[in-house]
Amino acid sequence: MQLTVNGAEYDIEDLEPDMPLLWVLRDELGLKGPKYGCGIAQCGACTVHIDGVAVRSCQVPAGDVWGAVTTIEGLGTPEAPHPVQAAWIEHQVAQCGYCQSGQMMQAASLLAETPVPSDADIDDGMSGNLCRCGTYPRIREAVKTAAAKLSEG
Amino acid sequence: MGGFKTIARRTFLIGSAAMVGGVAFGVYKYRTPHANPLLDDLPEGAAALTHYVLITGQDITLITPRADKGQGATSVQAALIAEELDVELDQIKTDPGPPSPAYYNTALSGDAVPFRSTDDSVLAETTRAVMDAPIKFISLQITGGSTTVPDGYDKLRMAGAVARETLKAAAAQIHGLDLAALITESGAVILPDGTRVPYQALASTAATLEPVTEVTLRAPDQWRLLGKPMRRVDILAKSTGTQDYGIDQTHPGMLHAAIRLNPAQGGEMRGFDASEAEKMRGVVKVVTVTGGIGVIADNTWRAFQAALAVEVDWAPAPYPAEMEGHWTALSKSFTPERQDSQFRDVGDVDATLAQGSDLSVEYRAPYLAHAPLEPVNATVLVGEGRVDVWTGTQIPGFVQKNVAHLTGIDAQNVHIHALMIGGSFGHRLEDDVVRHATTLAMAMPGTPIKLTYSREEDMTHDYPRQIAMARGRGRVIGGQVETFDLGIAMPSVMASQMSRQGLPTPGPDLQIVAGAWDQPFDIPNYRVTGYRAPELAPISSWRSVGASSNGFFHDCLLDELIHAAGADPLAERLRLCDHLPSRKVLEAVGEMSNWGGTLGPGQGRGVALCLSFGVPCAQVIEVSDTGAGIRIDRVFVAADVGRILDPVNFEGLVKGGVIFGLGHAMNCEVTYAGGAAEQENFDSFPGMRLYQCPEIVVRGLENAGKIRGVGEPPVPPAAAALGNAIFAATGTRLREMPFNKFVDFA
Repeated sequence: MQLTVNGAEYDIEDLEPDMPLLWVLRDELGLKGPKYGCGIAQCGACTVHIDGVAVRSCQVPAGDVWGAVTTIEGLGTPEAPHPVQAAWIEHQVAQCGYCQSGQMMQAASLLAETPVPSDADIDDGMSGNLCRCGTYPRIREAVKTAAAKLSEG
Repeated sequence: MGGFKTIARRTFLIGSAAMVGGVAFGVYKYRTPHANPLLDDLPEGAAALTHYVLITGQDITLITPRADKGQGATSVQAALIAEELDVELDQIKTDPGPPSPAYYNTALSGDAVPFRSTDDSVLAETTRAVMDAPIKFISLQITGGSTTVPDGYDKLRMAGAVARETLKAAAAQIHGLDLAALITESGAVILPDGTRVPYQALASTAATLEPVTEVTLRAPDQWRLLGKPMRRVDILAKSTGTQDYGIDQTHPGMLHAAIRLNPAQGGEMRGFDASEAEKMRGVVKVVTVTGGIGVIADNTWRAFQAALAVEVDWAPAPYPAEMEGHWTALSKSFTPERQDSQFRDVGDVDATLAQGSDLSVEYRAPYLAHAPLEPVNATVLVGEGRVDVWTGTQIPGFVQKNVAHLTGIDAQNVHIHALMIGGSFGHRLEDDVVRHATTLAMAMPGTPIKLTYSREEDMTHDYPRQIAMARGRGRVIGGQVETFDLGIAMPSVMASQMSRQGLPTPGPDLQIVAGAWDQPFDIPNYRVTGYRAPELAPISSWRSVGASSNGFFHDCLLDELIHAAGADPLAERLRLCDHLPSRKVLEAVGEMSNWGGTLGPGQGRGVALCLSFGVPCAQVIEVSDTGAGIRIDRVFVAADVGRILDPVNFEGLVKGGVIFGLGHAMNCEVTYAGGAAEQENFDSFPGMRLYQCPEIVVRGLENAGKIRGVGEPPVPPAAAALGNAIFAATGTRLREMPFNKFVDFA
C-alpha cells in the first residue's frame, strides 16, 4: 500500500488495511493536525481531504484510500496560511481549538465546491462538524470572509 | 431572614472547628510570601522576577498557572502581567508553571460562603476573608468557578509591575542613572538618551537585586492592552493545526494505551480474560487498573481494539441500576431530615400558601456529560525516583499528590507538565485518567505511556452533571407575584467530587441552591430550600455547576407565576429586581430585543435572568413554531462582569455559553440502564449543531463593582429563556430537560 499525504509518498505495506486513516496519520506518520473526537463520523474533528474532498479519516480504512490525502498541515502553514485559515485567524474563531482543524478542512472543501455559499449552503456544509465550545457564529463569519477572499482570487 | 442567620452561624461553627488554632496560623501562612517555585531549576543568567515573570538572556516567559481549556485563560493572564510589565503579547512566551502554593486560587473561596454575591456587608466580606485561609491548606491550585480573572486581576498586574520596576532598578545600576529618568516600553528600558535596553540584557543583574515591592497599579484609562480587543496568543497555532494538546504528546520510545472500565462507573471488576487481546498485533501488555483493565500497545487504534477484545466480568453498579431509582431517590428527598439549607426565607411563605397555592409544579434536570471534544488523556513516565506527567488538568496540585501516593515517589519529584486542553467544561477537574496512566506506566518503568480514552470510555465515565428535581409553589395577588417557594433536591456535587480527593466537605453544599437562593429579587414571601439527596451516580462540576439546573428551575417558576398573575414577564421581573446591575442587564435585553414588539405567527419570546458567580446575565430568546419543530431564531444576551478585559474573547465566551446551555437543554441527557450510561458517543448526545445555531447578539455592561469571570454565567439563563419562549410560542410549559422529549427542534 502506498499513501500520498501532503505531497509526500509513504509506504504503508506493513500496516493492517483496516486501520483507519486517522490513526495511520496520527500514530504512524506523526501528523497530529487531524484529531480524534468520536471515531464514528459524528464530530468531524478528523476531517482531511482525499483528492480535495472532505472525508472523515476515522471512517476510511487505510487500505481503501482512493487518492491523495491533504491534512491541515498541507492546507497552509503559520507562515503562509490558506485563505480559510487566514479568515479563522481574523475572526479569532477558536476557543479550545480542538475541532477547528476539521472545521477548516470542511470549509475549504465546501468553498472549493461552492465558491459563493449561501447561509443555507454553509449550514448544510458545516453541520457535520461539532464544536463543543460553541464557536458556530464565528465559523459562519469566517467562511464568508474566506469565500470573499478566495473569489477575489 | 431567620433561616439565613441560623445557617450562617452553623457555617461559622464548622469553619471554626476545622480551624481550631488554625485561623491565625492560616492567615499568617497566607501573608508569608510563598517560596518562588521558579527558583528551582533556574537557568544561569536568568531572573525569576516574582512568581510570574521569568526572563533569560533570550526570552521573556510569563507564568500563567490557570489551565486553558479554550476559555482564553492563558491569554488573559499574560495580558494582565504584560500590561504592567510593558511587553507586547507577541514578545513573550507563556508557561503554566509548576504546581505550587504560590499559585493558589484565592477567589474560589469567595463563592463558598452563604452570602449573596451582591452582599457587600462587613459580615459577608469578613466571612469571605476567613474562608480564604482553609483554601491554602488543601492545595487549591484550581481552575474553575469562573475565577481566573477575579483571582488574577490584582496579583498578576502587581507581578508585572514589580518585575518592571526591578528591571528599571537593574538598568539604573548598570548605567549609573537615576531611576526616575527611566521609562519602559515594549520589552525594554529606555534610557534618557533614547537607548533601548531589552529586558533580556538586564536579567542577570536584576536577579541579584531585591525585587522592588512598592508599586502603584495603572488606572484603567492608562491601559494599552486590557479593555481593548486582543489577539489571543494561541490563535495562530489553533488556526493552523499546529497547537499541541495532551493527546498529541510524543516522546522517544513512547507506547500507547487504552482503557476499559466497568460500564457501571465506580463498579468493581471481578475478573478478566485477556488471552485473545494479548495475541493481537502490537499489544505489549494488559494491566489491571482500579475498576478495569488497560492495554499497552504500539498504536492507539490497536490498543482500542485490544481493550474491546478482553473478556471482563463486571460487578454491579454501586448506585441504582435504572433511572427510576434515581428519580425516586430525589422525589423522596424533600423532607425535613434531608434539608441542607434555607438561606432564603423572607416573609411568611407557609402562612400565605395556607390560603392556597396558585400553582404546584415539579421540574427535572438530567445527568449531563461534559463531553469535551478532546477525550481525556495523560502521558506518564515513571523513572528512577522521578515521575513526569504530561496532561491538561485544572487541578495540578491534586494530580501531583495522587501520583506521588501511587508511585511512592516524593511529590517534589513528580513533575507535572500542564498542557493545552481541548475543552473541559469541568471534566478536567477529575484526574482518574492520570491515576490510570500512572498505574500503566508503573508496569513499564522507563517507558512513557500515553493513555487515551476512547470516546465511549470517556463519555460513560464522565462524572456527569448532577441530576436534580425541584418543586415550586406560589401565589399571585393583584397582578403581582406575592409568594415564591422553591425546593431543590440533588445529591451533593461537592461531596462526590471532593471525596475522590479524600477531602471532607463540611456544612451545607451551596451548589444545591446556587443560582436560586441568591437571585436578585425582592418578593414579599420568598423561600428557597435545598435538600441533599443521597449519593447516586458519581457526579462532578459541570459548567456553572448547581446554577446549571437551578437557573432553569428558579427562573421558570418565576415565569409561571408571572403568567399566572397576568403580568408582563419583563416588567414584573424588573419590578421585583432589587440589584441595580441585574436591572440593567434586564433593561438591556428588553431594549435589544424590542421587547413588546410584534412577532410573526407561531413566534414567541421568553426572558430569563440568572445571577451566578457574581455575574448577572439576562437573555431574551425568540423562537418559531415552524410546523416541522421549534426553531431558535435569535438570542439577545447582556452580562455584567464589572470590567471587560478583552471584548473579543468576552463576546466569544458569552455566545459559546449560550450555545452550550441551549444545546444541552434541547437534546442531551445521560441515563443509566443496567447501571451503565446509555449515551456513549455524540450520536446519542449531540448538543447543538451549526444549522440550529441562532443569531446571538451580545452586550457587555460594566455596572457591577467587582471584576468577574464569564466562562459560566451565560449558561444558566439559556435553558430557562428557551423554555419560557417555547411556552410563549406554543402554550406548552416545559418543566423537564431535555426538551426534545416533548417538542421537536427544527
